[in-house]
Amino acid sequence: MAEKTYLQAISDGLRQEMRRDKRVIVIGEDVGVYGGAFKVTLGFQEEFGPWRVIDAPLSETAILGGATGAAIMGMRPVAEMQFADFISCGWDQLVTVAAKQRWRAGTPIPITVRLPSGGGFSGGPFHSQNPESSFAHIPGLKCVCPATPADAKGLLISAIEDPNPVLFFEHKHLYRRVKGEVPDERYTTPIGEARLHQEGDDVTVVTWGAMVYTAAEAAAKLGDLSVEIVDLRSVMPWDREAVLASVRKTSKALVLHEDTRSGGFGAEIAATIAEEAFEHLDAPIKRIAAPDTPVPFSPPLEQAFIPQVDDVVAGLRELAEY
Amino acid sequence: MATGTAVDVVMPQMGVSVSEGTVTKWLKSVGDHVDADESIVEISTDKVDTEVPSPGTGTLTEILVHEGQTVAVGTLLGRIGDAGAGPAAPPPPSGASVAEPATQAATDAATTASSEGDAAPGEDRVTAAEPESHDGHDRTFVSPVVARIAAEHGIDPASVPGSGRGGRVTKKDMLAFVERQQGATPAVPAPEIPAPAREPASAQPPPGPPQPEGGEVVEPMNAMRRGIAEHMRRSLDTAAHVTSAIEVDMSKVVAIRDRLKPEYQRSYGVNLTYLAFVARATVETLRDWPWVNAELRGESIVTHNYVNLGFAVALEGGKGLIVPVLKHAEGLNLLGMARGVADLAERARTKKLLPDDVQGGTFTITNPGSFGTFHGTPIINQPQSGILGTYAVVKRPWVIRDENGNDAIAIRPIMNLTLTYDHRLVDGAYAGGFLHDLRARLETSGEADY
Repeated sequence: MAEKTYLQAISDGLRQEMRRDKRVIVIGEDVGVYGGAFKVTLGFQEEFGPWRVIDAPLSETAILGGATGAAIMGMRPVAEMQFADFISCGWDQLVTVAAKQRWRAGTPIPITVRLPSGGGFSGGPFHSQNPESSFAHIPGLKCVCPATPADAKGLLISAIEDPNPVLFFEHKHLYRRVKGEVPDERYTTPIGEARLHQEGDDVTVVTWGAMVYTAAEAAAKLGDLSVEIVDLRSVMPWDREAVLASVRKTSKALVLHEDTRSGGFGAEIAATIAEEAFEHLDAPIKRIAAPDTPVPFSPPLEQAFIPQVDDVVAGLRELAEY
Repeated sequence: MATGTAVDVVMPQMGVSVSEGTVTKWLKSVGDHVDADESIVEISTDKVDTEVPSPGTGTLTEILVHEGQTVAVGTLLGRIGDAGAGPAAPPPPSGASVAEPATQAATDAATTASSEGDAAPGEDRVTAAEPESHDGHDRTFVSPVVARIAAEHGIDPASVPGSGRGGRVTKKDMLAFVERQQGATPAVPAPEIPAPAREPASAQPPPGPPQPEGGEVVEPMNAMRRGIAEHMRRSLDTAAHVTSAIEVDMSKVVAIRDRLKPEYQRSYGVNLTYLAFVARATVETLRDWPWVNAELRGESIVTHNYVNLGFAVALEGGKGLIVPVLKHAEGLNLLGMARGVADLAERARTKKLLPDDVQGGTFTITNPGSFGTFHGTPIINQPQSGILGTYAVVKRPWVIRDENGNDAIAIRPIMNLTLTYDHRLVDGAYAGGFLHDLRARLETSGEADY
């Protein structure tokens, strides 16, 4: 057990899997010689060679199509989108081919797509998005959004093991900001299982990714309020039972995400709570999310866009006082 | 998107210590179109009278709290529906309907307590709309979880004291109630418990207003009048009031004002009043007499290195009194003072004051002199330690010393000033010193000193 950054946990987990399993290969833009835009695969090409750490052309279609083909041929590719935003270029290979292949032809597609996502550093509209809900909506794809270093490693290994395409959303803002104990040995974190970030009795916050920390900071500011934070970890499949159990206990739910509001995955969670736990609710389900605009460049505008601690404090207070 | 979007108009929180407000006037009728931010209803609290801007655009579909009624902060006053929508239909019966009888009684009592009860039947549409407003009243909204617990235990939610917004019964209220009941009578089956609990609720209606006798008119106090009554009584019960008076020769002030007044009006559109001069001189003098600008807090004396100067403003038609505060008056010159006083007075009269405008005063000036009165003993605005009264400037025969050193009688504009002070903190000599210095300032200061 050692303390590692979120980024180091991903890098070490991936290296461990590549050492263990020769079918695991890496493909992406600048992942080889350069070691990746965020240096997750630094030193990988030296260790595993250019055939397992492949510098792809500037084409997400080629990366995702190539990974899908390699998976059909028995490999377990880990494809990197330099920024999650760029995945739109590879939509057709991922959504039309990879997601459907198993239903169409019975062929498993065990690919992992690593997606550096999220804002908070003035990256602007092309380098800051959280597109998980777009892909959670596609049957055949799985989406995970770890918040802690230990979960990042455990979910990455689960994603590689999984016979389906798994989108691994790694939040850029957490890369070097978050540290935590990460077991040295190989382990998996089950996809679709939530983690209780903190227990509480008064209000439930359902969230994932970097917003877990925003929620925790907000809860800490409200000393008199007992806040339960459910870190979903996976948005597809998602842990409905954990969420419903928590809401049945507290009777008040706040769904928080960094993605934009309309059609964000929070809407699915809120709807499920209303359907399944209606008779346990003591307040309207509240959503806090980014407004329905592209991510702004300007730091003050970006601050206004991404849900901040004070926004969550206000939301929690509103629910508490309802 | 627009389907079914109703916007609630609620009693706003007008300051931290304000817990209720009175609807003084609906500016829109049911069926009227209203734009977002347009004034929709006038309310009155013990701190401030104000107009509530509409929270949305659409049609006023329901008025739930009528003129004259006083309700808690957060209470639903009315609803705005989509443009063109008619009055909202009563909600379908639900598990919440068990709350009906007690609610009806409570609302009836509230109506009787207001002047509404005197209205002739069918007199206007407000009366006609009443049955709906009873059904749709949000005060007794029962959340799904509360409805479920109520059904499971056979409890009428209306018999449970609510701690939620607008008095709503929360899940916690419900669980605590169940626990208390079970603790009290463990042997009795749950469904039988609520029966006795419901009895007293209907058996003890709140006391109504006193019945008028011959020649009397009885009307309810509004929130402001109640606030004034409470504050005045509390101040007299708190402070040891003593008043000292002094006469001030205002010749210099009159001369300066005559010179500056047209210029202020022309250049700044500001009316230069005697009050602005007195306020300027007061702020300067308070610096040397800090206990007059202080308060007693428990066993401590709290002085201020700033002056938040309150001005008592009478509302038109004898509707009451409000004391807006000019913050950091020590930083204002004569123009700033004149402008600030005029702005506060204007906003007080047009009900545009914000809660912040009436809080945090450290000293107050009251100016009944405009009616010609020459003396008074005002009541201190708690928790302050003094209040200055300014009175009419009148021409009087005045004994002066002429250039040869002989006594002579001249005609001089004289103003009386009173300082009412809290003798617990300020002694007579101290108060006299303050008044002496204030007079000296007003009698000797030149234009440049203001």
